Amino acid sequence: MRLSELANPSRFNALAERVLPWLVVATVLTFALGLYQALFVAPDDYQQGATVKIMFIHVPSAWLGMLGWALMSAAALGTLVWRHPLADVAMKTAAPIGAAFTLICLVTGALWGRPTWGTYWVWDARLTSVLVLFLMYLGVIALWRTVEDPSRAARAAAVLTLVGAVNLPIIKFSVDWWNTLHQPASVFRVGGSTIDASLLMPLLIMAIAFTLLFFTLHLAAMRNEIMRRRVRTLLMMQADAAGGR
Amino acid sequence: MTALAALLRRDMRLAVRVGGGALMGVLFFLIVVAMVPFALGPDLALLARTGPAILWLGALLASLLTLDRLFAADHEDGSLDLILMGHAPLELAVAAKALAHWLTTGLPLVVAGPLLGLFLNLAPASIGAVALTLLVGTPALTCIGLVGAALAVPLRRGGLLVPVLVLPLTIPVLIFGVAASNAAVTGPVPFGTPFTVLVALTLFAVVLGPFAAAAALRHGLD
Amino acid sequence: MRISASNLSCVRGSREIFRNVNFSLSSREALAVLGPNGAGKSSLLRLVAGLLRPEWGRLELEGGDPELTIPEQAHYLSHQDALKPSLSVTENLTFWAGYLGSARAGLTDALEAVGLAPIRDLPAGYLSAGQRRRLSIARLVAVPRPIWLLDEAAATLDQAAQGRLIELMRGHLTGGGLILAATHAPLGLEAVQELRLGGIV
Repeated sequence: MRLSELANPSRFNALAERVLPWLVVATVLTFALGLYQALFVAPDDYQQGATVKIMFIHVPSAWLGMLGWALMSAAALGTLVWRHPLADVAMKTAAPIGAAFTLICLVTGALWGRPTWGTYWVWDARLTSVLVLFLMYLGVIALWRTVEDPSRAARAAAVLTLVGAVNLPIIKFSVDWWNTLHQPASVFRVGGSTIDASLLMPLLIMAIAFTLLFFTLHLAAMRNEIMRRRVRTLLMMQADAAGGR
Repeated sequence: MTALAALLRRDMRLAVRVGGGALMGVLFFLIVVAMVPFALGPDLALLARTGPAILWLGALLASLLTLDRLFAADHEDGSLDLILMGHAPLELAVAAKALAHWLTTGLPLVVAGPLLGLFLNLAPASIGAVALTLLVGTPALTCIGLVGAALAVPLRRGGLLVPVLVLPLTIPVLIFGVAASNAAVTGPVPFGTPFTVLVALTLFAVVLGPFAAAAALRHGLD
Repeated sequence: MRISASNLSCVRGSREIFRNVNFSLSSREALAVLGPNGAGKSSLLRLVAGLLRPEWGRLELEGGDPELTIPEQAHYLSHQDALKPSLSVTENLTFWAGYLGSARAGLTDALEAVGLAPIRDLPAGYLSAGQRRRLSIARLVAVPRPIWLLDEAAATLDQAAQGRLIELMRGHLTGGGLILAATHAPLGLEAVQELRLGGIV
């Protein structure tokens, strides 16, 4: 372990320590504002009643699931092209967070669907695409957990992430097309094709709140991962020091 | 007895640590079940009708495909040699490994099954039946697969050999598992009949599997 | 206790590895199995360990525990270390001690005897080849069994560790044990029988 490699993550950790409290405050405030807007200002849907407000969690979660993969892809380029050590960490820590938001999207979608459609799950194009994204997240996480050496795992995950990024539009297109093939009797439109203006503002605020939450969690996770790697380095040094061969 | 408990505990620890395969089976199950509607189309009525079959096939494949490393890993690092030199009979050691595999791979499948049943629009009675039949049937799948895994040890690249060998042997379990799940919802056969046969098949497999696997391991040594 | 082999021959695949091997080994004795690579040293050890079946000949045990077979009273140390990289040093040793049948009391002493006590909680994947070999040797110390079957045990060990191994072997013999060791170099013990393999007679 060259000292210069440790110095960069150290500086990052120091920076993270300073930025994190502000991020947390910003996140909490934005959430407070967003929730207030969502619960008290936005009107109920004339058809769905108050359950439409699930969309204030459902829609931002979907965006964040995609943001997570975009972030992982950027980090993947950092790993493969520049071999930047922080890129590994960024990629590894973004995966569970992105997966969690995708899962929230699926669960809120199911909960929303129950009173609206009568079943928890309907294989409509949008939700199915999110399901595929969720499965791909799980695949990347499984890859990280299966390959024991972190730097090899990082390179493998980077390749998988980029391949996934290229494939996601193709998958989305295919799933949309598949859905039109088997058009169910009644067309379900989740959230409607246009969103009423009175819902737009709370939605945007919640989206910003969620994004801040993502970055807060991500930063904290990166700090933890850096410390975890440091522990691993120390363990290796301890093994070397403990009485020769 | 402590020897077998030690082996059980070790195998379970290995499965959950990094590099182990604990949740890989469930993930595979999830993916396979998610793929079926892409092939069949999202017709909820069709999915509900074929749901138990889809879940059973998914669980079957997930169980078998995770078994091929069961003995191979121990063979490669020399642990199998030492296991053979213990006081415990090889049959019991093999059974302990099978139990560890079922607890870390089979049981999660049983838990995931109902959840995936929601995706396939199964009725609650159906979901319950699938869960129960999987609970009873997955040990049989593990113990039958055990034999294939033991046979594949001396081969350098097992690949799909274990599933190819073992899948035909699992047909009875599949038939009665799906039949029992379906019987819970539609008549005329009552749930009890195929379910009892399933239980019998499992008991048979749980006793015979370790014996056959131990014999296969011994013969594969030379 | 005595192990006697008469007219042993070993066939693997369709190749005859050795034939007509005879030896007799009693308590407090060590036998070095010598010969070029491919002569069948490892095969002979695996045969005594019960991992191979002889084509001809007999292996007999006198004394010892009448209820147990030779493998159940033997330790086998080969070039494979039988260690799981994701388990710690202690976890690996605890498993083998529990499985091969012994109280946990001897574990700390065993680790100290091979000099691995300071890194007892380190995952075995971080160990060097020599450290892994020492952990395997700790297994022999932690679980008392009369017969030691050693296949190039000193390989990958440095001078200090080799010295420690010789001490342990000496202690084992003094305590009434037997050692059957395949080796390229001299064992470093006194009064060692020799068995030369190699070349079909």
